[in-house]
Amino acid sequence: MDTAIEVTDLVVKRGKRVVLDGFSCVIPRGSVTGLLGPSGSGKTTLMRAIVGVQVVESGGVTVLGHPAGSTPLRRKIGYLTQAPSVYADLTVRENTRYFASLYRLKAAVADEAIAAVGLTGAAGQLVADLSGGQRSRASLACAIVGRPEVLVLDEPTVGQDPVLRDELWDHFRRLAADGTTVLVSSHVMDEANRCDRLLLIREGALIADDTPAGVKHAAGADDLDQAFLQLIKRQAVAA
Amino acid sequence: MILSSTIKRILTQLRHDPRTIALIIVVPTLLITLIYFMYDEQPAVFDRIALTMLGVFPFIVMFLITSIAMLRERTTGTLERLFTTPVGKLDLLFGYGVAFGLAAAAQATVAAGFAYWVLDMTTAGSLSLVILIAVANAVLGVALGLLCSAFARTEFQAVQFMPLVVAPQLLLCGLFVPRAAMAGWLQAISDVLPMSYSVEALTEVGANAEPTGIMWRDLAVVVGAVVVALTLGAATLRRRTP
Repeated sequence: MDTAIEVTDLVVKRGKRVVLDGFSCVIPRGSVTGLLGPSGSGKTTLMRAIVGVQVVESGGVTVLGHPAGSTPLRRKIGYLTQAPSVYADLTVRENTRYFASLYRLKAAVADEAIAAVGLTGAAGQLVADLSGGQRSRASLACAIVGRPEVLVLDEPTVGQDPVLRDELWDHFRRLAADGTTVLVSSHVMDEANRCDRLLLIREGALIADDTPAGVKHAAGADDLDQAFLQLIKRQAVAA
Repeated sequence: MILSSTIKRILTQLRHDPRTIALIIVVPTLLITLIYFMYDEQPAVFDRIALTMLGVFPFIVMFLITSIAMLRERTTGTLERLFTTPVGKLDLLFGYGVAFGLAAAAQATVAAGFAYWVLDMTTAGSLSLVILIAVANAVLGVALGLLCSAFARTEFQAVQFMPLVVAPQLLLCGLFVPRAAMAGWLQAISDVLPMSYSVEALTEVGANAEPTGIMWRDLAVVVGAVVVALTLGAATLRRRTP
């Protein structure tokens, strides 16, 4: 298995709280990996550490063989923050073209990214005038525009209508088929079934790292919701 | 390439905000007109105050605009995202410096042109030097705005930095009390405030037909202050945050 992301004994404190305490995981290249866990479990912090914007206490994060956040990675990584981080006073097209230009890519590439998130019709609109779901898709367009080798997406499908959510997942699957490593965080369990692998994280600790089928089998449950509940209970008993 | 597209991005943001453009361009001109009518009978006093204000207004406006714009980059997450891309800190700092510097040049040109041709302001030296010093002052405002945005968490706090940074410089720059007439300790403070130098430079242009050595030295001090503020500003831009 070719490794894209390797996290080793990662310790992160935010304020006085230890968010990740000796977290380790390995994410294979060219896959869609789902990062699942309740709010406050450390998903965003882990993603921030992987893209290299999080101050870490100790431990290591390696992406494509380079330390997280190092210069060669900045052309190879795409990051979607949880709150849409695009310029509200620019249009969708202007935002996407600006991010394209940071990778020295042409305007046509930006238009493709806009089409991929289904915003072609709204390309000329100011982000401030868009709905919440459209805004987060505009933000997504800026994350995929650089055709990154590693795509880190923090809750990309929140607030999207089911048809669009389905299309977005198809898009992530296509990207992975082309060799992109996609790490997606989510709350929604039916989305988890579309991942190649799942990382279940709770209170900063990894409690499952397997395929969706493997997770269900290990927990002896038919659906992922039940499976996760079982695993959490088991962990609580063990502790 | 990244720098030029960043400049373009910032100017495009400004372009989508016509009200701000109008405020940038019109407000200094309106205020100078107000000063003109206040000193209706004293053209020499008007010349002195208007000349000083041509340096002060761009500083204030650009300080405010930049500190809010940079704070927005920090609070909306765009800064965090930019730091995962090939953008360098200098691309951002110079992006803001150049983009708002251009806006300041437009502002200073309109205000100075209006003061000269409509309000009959007179200076011994040339208009282009007045604009040059005004733009240097505006860029100083940009640089200090970038720096101060690091110490504000909200836009509320950011605007509170304005009186803190601007008022002492305005009070001690020699406009209200000549610097030579100030108590020693006030003079010492005035000596380390960059606006004292830009106002002195403007006064030199007002009094001398040719650019003087003092004017060039003062301009160099202002540019030096810009470099210091930008360097400190760069230090506050961290790729990694807690």
